[in-house]
This record gives sequence, structure tokens and C-alpha cells, in this order.
Amino acid sequence: MLWNEFKKPKDIEKILSALTKYDKEIRIMEICGTHTVSIAKSGIKGILPKNIKLISGPGCPVCVTPTERIDDILFLSKNKDVLIATYGDMIRVTGSIDGTSLEKRKAEGFDIRVVYSPLDAVKIAQCCKDKEVVFIGIGFETTAPSTAIAIERAINEGVNNFSVFSLHKMVEPVLRKLINMNDFNIDGFLCPGNVAVIIGEEGFRFLEIEFKIPSVICGFEAGDIIYSIYRLIQMRENKDFKLENEYIRAVKQKGNEIARNIMNKYFEPCDDIWRGIGWIENSGLKLKDEYIQYDAVKKFNLDLNPYKNNDFCSCGEVIKGKIDPRECKLFSTVCTIENPKGPCMVSSEGACAAAYKYSD
Amino acid sequence: MCLAVPLKVIQINGKDAVGESLGIRRDIRIDFIKDVNLGDYVIVHAGFAIEKIEEEAALENLRLIKEVADALE
Ligand code: SF4
Repeated sequence: MLWNEFKKPKDIEKILSALTKYDKEIRIMEICGTHTVSIAKSGIKGILPKNIKLISGPGCPVCVTPTERIDDILFLSKNKDVLIATYGDMIRVTGSIDGTSLEKRKAEGFDIRVVYSPLDAVKIAQCCKDKEVVFIGIGFETTAPSTAIAIERAINEGVNNFSVFSLHKMVEPVLRKLINMNDFNIDGFLCPGNVAVIIGEEGFRFLEIEFKIPSVICGFEAGDIIYSIYRLIQMRENKDFKLENEYIRAVKQKGNEIARNIMNKYFEPCDDIWRGIGWIENSGLKLKDEYIQYDAVKKFNLDLNPYKNNDFCSCGEVIKGKIDPRECKLFSTVCTIENPKGPCMVSSEGACAAAYKYSD
Repeated sequence: MCLAVPLKVIQINGKDAVGESLGIRRDIRIDFIKDVNLGDYVIVHAGFAIEKIEEEAALENLRLIKEVADALE
């Protein structure tokens, strides 16, 4: 099958061997959690020389959600009339009181359901008419359009007991924030292919035009990643700082307009908080005022926790690429896959989970 | 949430479809894709197809990799 060729394209050995000869230090950030997992699974880190540093960035949606918002969800989940529908990755994330999570709430008898698609949450609302179903909308531009479709379905089918707690975020604002930090020291970005499918090559163009940082929009197979790393190195060597699209089989210049239109119909940008980083202007997505009855925060009059930044773990530093998961003092001693302490270990896309599962 | 592997569309019923890869079938939605036909390959994220992958583009993609490798000789 043609698609499998990207796992190990015939020509990749040559590129890989050129990479192993590269001897200068270069720091490359993979923004996306799915890349973090592919890199760990494929063993790429082990093959590359130590001077080529691959650093995980703020691209795991569960990991960037701050403890304050987890607390808000946990608070809402205690409402007997509420049924929480969420992607599986969220249910083990703990709030500020150690050990509290949606999983715990479920064990205590509260109604928490894991769904694979936001439309499943609407279906649950249609069956359980005596409950208020709240879907936890999480993810970047890749999943926000799907949440929008669920809202549209609820409107069209007159489902009034459905709402969304939106934790959706956008990639560009957080990248700008990282780049503008005083201690920013990344030489090149592997840009998330799945986000680029929606926002297009154009969505990452600012990296080239405003910041002149070598960047490659990259697919998720080992071949894609090795090729893209090589191109980043070539760009740096040739002082040719631009944005390239490696993932041309999926990413169009303008992205997926249908998906973007539906996202923009229901959502608008809002200031939002990120774990370990804090407030970032216009970095989140909230429901537009016309759809207020589908916004769980408004519907339940939730008094959202203000940003306190009292995270007990180092996940914030991991998300910003400031430390490697192994540098967290809890890593693999107190915080393990079986008993995770921070979201970077809970989420299957988290940098700590990847480092723990695939470490050699 | 994200499946990097493209699924082959084997059933279409309005915006609902069934995708398959290596014998595993999944219900997917095709709201975001224009003109999906049986046999097309799509990338799926949280139950939604987010893009169709054309064979031609994939071949071009492999050519890109080959070009860089060839220049190394
Ligand atoms: S090891 Fe655990 S506590 Fe430390 S940064 Fe990772 S997830 Fe957070």
C-alpha cells in the first residue's frame, strides 16, 4: 500500500545516514503531541546523534489545559443533573486536589461517559433527556470544527440538554508567545500536519515572514519526520529560513475551508490560559454569543477559577520545551503511567508518557 | 484522538461513512470533505475525516523525499 511507504521510504536510509554525520548542535521543536509519540515509538531519537535535539512543544491538548480548568470541570461533574461526555484522554487528569479526576468522580457514582466523537455526546443527550449533557471540547484547530458540527446537530434536531465546555485552543498564538520569550532557543519547528490540514500552509507562514525560523509542516510517519529534520538542518546550513510543506499529500496551501467555516460560524477567539504559561491573548475558542445556550460555562453560570499558577508538577516546563521529561524530579519515581501525577503523563500524546513508555 | 493512517472509504450514507484500514472498520463523518467516493482515502481525527488523500499527491510526496536523497550522492 502506497501510504505505508512513508514509514520507511526507499531513500530514507541515505538521509538518515547524512543526519548521523551532522555534528553541530541543533534544537528542533515538534509542536504536536502526535509527532512526539511517532518520534518515541519509531526510535528516531535513539538513532540521531545527541547534538540533534528534539524537544516536545505545547501541542498536546490535554497537557496544555491548566489545573484551574480541570477543577472547573470537576466542580461541574458533581452536579447531579449533569452528565459529562469526554474524550478518554481527559478522564485521568487530576485537579488541584491530588487524586481527584473524572475517573474518580465516575467511581463515586457521577455520570461520566467516554466518547469517540462529539456527535456521540449529542446522541447521548437525545437518549438521556433527564440529564444535561456537557461535552468537554478539547483540541486545536483539528478538533474544534467537529465540536462545531455537534453544536449544529443539536440546534437542527432541537436538542436543548446539550452544551459544550470549550477548552479549544489555537496554535499560532502559543507559538508567538514561546518565540517572544526571552530564553527562546529553538532553531527549527516541525509543524503539526493535522492542524495544517485545517489552517493550511498559510496558517504557519508567519514563522517564515515574521520570525525567519526554519519550519517544516510534517506528516506522521518515520519517513516524514526524518526527511523534515534533514530539511530543517539544510535550511539552517544554507541560511535559507523558510516554511516548507513536507506533508503535501494531506496539507493544501489554504487548508480545509469547509472545516474552518463551520468552526468560525460557532466559535470566536478569546483570551485563554495555558498550563505553565498563563494567559495568552486570543488563544482560545469560545462559543459566539448567539449560541450561548450551548455554552456550558454560561448555561451553568460557572464561576471559573482565576489563574493561580500553583501547579505542583513540572508539566508547564515540559510543555514550553524548557526541560526534558526526565528532568522532572517526579518522573518515573512518583509519576508513572500506572499512577500519573501530571497531564503530560496522563495523556497518550504527552511528552512524559512517550518518554516513559518508549524509553530505552 | 488522531489517526495518522488514512482510512479507505467503503460505505457512504449521507455524511455518515465507514472507513477501513487493515481490516478494522470505523464509523466516520465526512462533513468536511467535498465529493467523497467509495475507495477514496481520508485522514480521520476524532471520528471526522479532515482531508482526502490523493494518490497523485502521495507520489509527489515520495518524489520530494527521493529528490533530497538523490542529491546526497
Ligand atoms: S513526570 Fe509527571 S509530574 Fe513531572 S512533568 Fe511529567 S507529567 Fe508532570
